[in-house]
Amino acid sequence: MKSLAELQEIRNRALNQVNLRKEREDGIRVVVGMATCGIAAGARPVLNAFVQEVEKRSLENVMVTQTGCIGMCRLEPIVEVYVPGEEKVTYVHMTAEKAARVVAEHLINNRPVAEYTIGAETK
Amino acid sequence: MKELSLHILDIAKNSVKARADCIKITVNEDEEKNLLTIDIEDNGCGMSEEFLKTVKDPFSTTRTTRKVGMGISLFEAAAKQCGGKLDIFSEKGKGTRVSVCFEYNHIDRAPLGDMAGTMVTLISGSPGINFIYSHTKNGRNFTMDTAEFKKVLGDVPLDTPEVLLWIEDYIKEGISDLQ
Repeated sequence: MKSLAELQEIRNRALNQVNLRKEREDGIRVVVGMATCGIAAGARPVLNAFVQEVEKRSLENVMVTQTGCIGMCRLEPIVEVYVPGEEKVTYVHMTAEKAARVVAEHLINNRPVAEYTIGAETK
Repeated sequence: MKELSLHILDIAKNSVKARADCIKITVNEDEEKNLLTIDIEDNGCGMSEEFLKTVKDPFSTTRTTRKVGMGISLFEAAAKQCGGKLDIFSEKGKGTRVSVCFEYNHIDRAPLGDMAGTMVTLISGSPGINFIYSHTKNGRNFTMDTAEFKKVLGDVPLDTPEVLLWIEDYIKEGISDLQ
């Protein structure tokens, strides 16, 4: 049974890392489109997959955030990845499985997954 | 949308946009009365009477990027296709309540779906807002309040990945205990 005592433990563990996360300017931002179109196309499991992978791999420099409609509803779920100093990469038709691969290859090894990008889709 | 929980996520996002600082989501499954009700209540900016009259129309929206807003129309269609309805109560400056009901065992009623996923998505998108989730099934209740979590967490933000995943499990467990 989950209890608030467990949450207290998470707090104690996390307390040291919080400042790290907040103050980093070299952080990577992952932005998931979460308007009606994105939600209907399956953005919720995509967002949750990113949160899970970031936690599993203890990526303290990654922020997972949400935005509204990105403007290309037929390509949803859309995810934008901002790596400081690099051009923004836009992934389309995302799934939870694809999200795991983007975390491993793009966020960790800095090699964008070309086949999932909007460039590959609209060719 | 395949799940009612996705409609709930979509409609609760309107409350976020209305600058609410408290959003309450209530689900009540009553098999004896053959009724499923969902309420999404906020203390945001509310709507004027004129806007309230047209708000269910898909061509009615406050957004400026384009002239359609489908969220409420889609939710209403999901309710109407299974003998239910959607009502909106709102007062300018006070807040809004969207109240939806469904025939519980109607063949076309979409499943409630992953409410834990919806709540975690909402919390991670707006950690500053106080979310309350209350789920009742045949008289048994599970309630979650992010204000309680914040008391325990202190300076640790609610949108820390480890915290979000804990909340997701907490809600999943709470709901499965109702079965």
